[in-house]
Amino acid sequence: MSIFINKDSKVIVQGITGGEGSKHTARMLHAGTNIVGGVNARKAGTTVTHGAKTLPVFGSVEEAMAETGADVSIVFVPPAFTKDAVVEAIEAGIGLVVVITEGVPVQDAAEFWALAQSKVDAEGKQVTRIIGPNCPGIITPGESLVGITPANITGKGGVGLVSKSGTLTYQMMYELRDLGFSTAIGIGGDPIIGTTHIDALAAFEADPDTKAIVMIGEIGGDAEERAAEFIKNNVTKPVVGYVAGFTAPEGKTMGHAGAIVSGSSGTAQAKKEALEAAGVKVGKTPSETAHLLREVYPEHEEPSNL
Amino acid sequence: MEWPATPSVPSAVKNYFDVEGHKHVDLYEYQARDLFEAHGVPVLAGIVAYTPEEAKLAAEKIGGVVVVKAQVKVGGRGKAGGVKVAKNADEAFEHASAILGMDIKGHTVNKVMIAQGADIAEEFYFSVLLDRANRNYLAMCSVEGGMEIEQLAVERPEALAKVAINPLVGIDQAKAEEIVAAAGFSAELAPKVADTIVKLWDVFKKEDATLVEVNPLVRTGAGDIIALDGKVSLDENAGFRQPGHAALEDKAAADPIETRAKELDLNYVKLDGEVGIIGNGAGLVMSTLDVVAYAGENHGGVKPANFLDIGGGASAEVMANGLDIILNDSQVKSVFVNVFGGITACDAVANGIVQALEILGDKATKPLVVRLDGNNVEEGRHILAKANHPLVTLALGMDEGADKAAELANA
Repeated sequence: MSIFINKDSKVIVQGITGGEGSKHTARMLHAGTNIVGGVNARKAGTTVTHGAKTLPVFGSVEEAMAETGADVSIVFVPPAFTKDAVVEAIEAGIGLVVVITEGVPVQDAAEFWALAQSKVDAEGKQVTRIIGPNCPGIITPGESLVGITPANITGKGGVGLVSKSGTLTYQMMYELRDLGFSTAIGIGGDPIIGTTHIDALAAFEADPDTKAIVMIGEIGGDAEERAAEFIKNNVTKPVVGYVAGFTAPEGKTMGHAGAIVSGSSGTAQAKKEALEAAGVKVGKTPSETAHLLREVYPEHEEPSNL
Repeated sequence: MEWPATPSVPSAVKNYFDVEGHKHVDLYEYQARDLFEAHGVPVLAGIVAYTPEEAKLAAEKIGGVVVVKAQVKVGGRGKAGGVKVAKNADEAFEHASAILGMDIKGHTVNKVMIAQGADIAEEFYFSVLLDRANRNYLAMCSVEGGMEIEQLAVERPEALAKVAINPLVGIDQAKAEEIVAAAGFSAELAPKVADTIVKLWDVFKKEDATLVEVNPLVRTGAGDIIALDGKVSLDENAGFRQPGHAALEDKAAADPIETRAKELDLNYVKLDGEVGIIGNGAGLVMSTLDVVAYAGENHGGVKPANFLDIGGGASAEVMANGLDIILNDSQVKSVFVNVFGGITACDAVANGIVQALEILGDKATKPLVVRLDGNNVEEGRHILAKANHPLVTLALGMDEGADKAAELANA
């Protein structure tokens, strides 16, 4: 098991013909991801080839889904076109959109998130999950990589990881490479993101293969504080945390209005205190955090492969 | 309207480490006023002036009583003597002479706004901003403006109306009427205020703002609704479709090394320590600052000298530019390069360091501690070992590297 993606995920790449899209399509294929095609309206009907794999390029997400049964899309298009790409994926009713693109205007993210929220199935459940924007994506080691995380850091195991930051995700996977990971997800640090710490924590709590959870935050906003509240009430598995930016100089607040909304100072110290109040041990450094995770990791668990 | 008090740090530091976690450009009052005017929001005449002479001319042009207002992005300017009423142009000259050059909480005043005097009968409050927690926008409005709105929110929350805004719909006429009704405006004032709110929404939407705040929004003796003072934050990510926004950035206030780093497309923030830091990815670099600061506690209290994120594509050129920037900082005693090879493999980073040192030649005089992990780490370490540069020390982990760099900075 894992969360959000697994070996059966059928993935399409929006922006498959672009520089980033092409480079990472090759890497994802190498990692074992079942990529079934790409989307570029101007190159519909053509194909792209990576090694032994030749992939069809479709004119739209809807067409790609109809032809291939794709249920996951990853977006590599430039910021100016990202909103349209995500809206297209939502309108097509795909289950998961991973938005890698950095520099997406926040109002665009607000709009595609509002659209995604408005599309629900018969049971009232949101049809499309969004991860990102401005994120490294998601990896279920040994099964599927939908993102830009290096696939060879570690293998399958019992640690679930959710992080705002890309390279810190890699660092933490490296620190705990002997234990291995069920799924590692980089949710991105933008003000408006599709999948939150809380969403990932809830999914890890429900995932039988996840034995313990690492949560990595950064200064800014109050997402960690809200996650702490969620952990206190809803998570039974061991959770350890790390927050980057303890020694960052004090920033300015967004003014009166911002403080009223968030009710948090957004500092690393405030986040650490909130997490510790919820029973989450917080490391001062990535290595100390890894050490804390080992302390709470279920003992009977055999160390996984490397 | 007051800006929150902030410690005196360079603007780019504040922008980068903004607690809202997103880069945006905060505007001066006069810039906000100009944007309001451009979108049809009722404002009074206001002209920015950089010298007392300009202030006098502006006062003559506006005529009558004017207010000379220091333009600083910090709170408490009124109490600090940065806002003065002038009965005529000569007085405007005098006040501007006194206010220009004034230090307000570490911010030097280098411009003032000459604003038309207002006949204020009542003061209100309005803002619309990004609501991260609910992932939409929030409009806030009160008939009790003028005072510290944070204080109002705490002491009399019922007096501050909060209305969620659907990003797909925005504030149309109906939503504006809902906001005005929730705030409790009189039937007489409601239509005028609602009309102004729709125009303020235009500012928020069309300018890609993350915050538009008016405090106070006033009713004049003549019964007009006027946005008397405003605060606007613009989303830097929207720069590609907002060509006018680049001119609103406060370049003069930035540190010279930061300005140069920006020209080189490097994400650099000058700090006040001795250990230069280079890393890839904002989170890892921020974490590196922490680890170095902790290590410094054992080495005479040395601290990180900067934040420098070279991003995913750590080419030789980017590495050379980064090292050049850091080595130009005379405070720097040692440098810690902390890279986790993901998309960019460690051998490429190692080659970048070797080539960067060749490019810099005699300019490179400070010890470098390099920690590499991740993709192709063995090849990367081998390249550095083979080059055997006298300034370079290899570290096997982040903690070890930080400790070594702190030790060298304290030598």
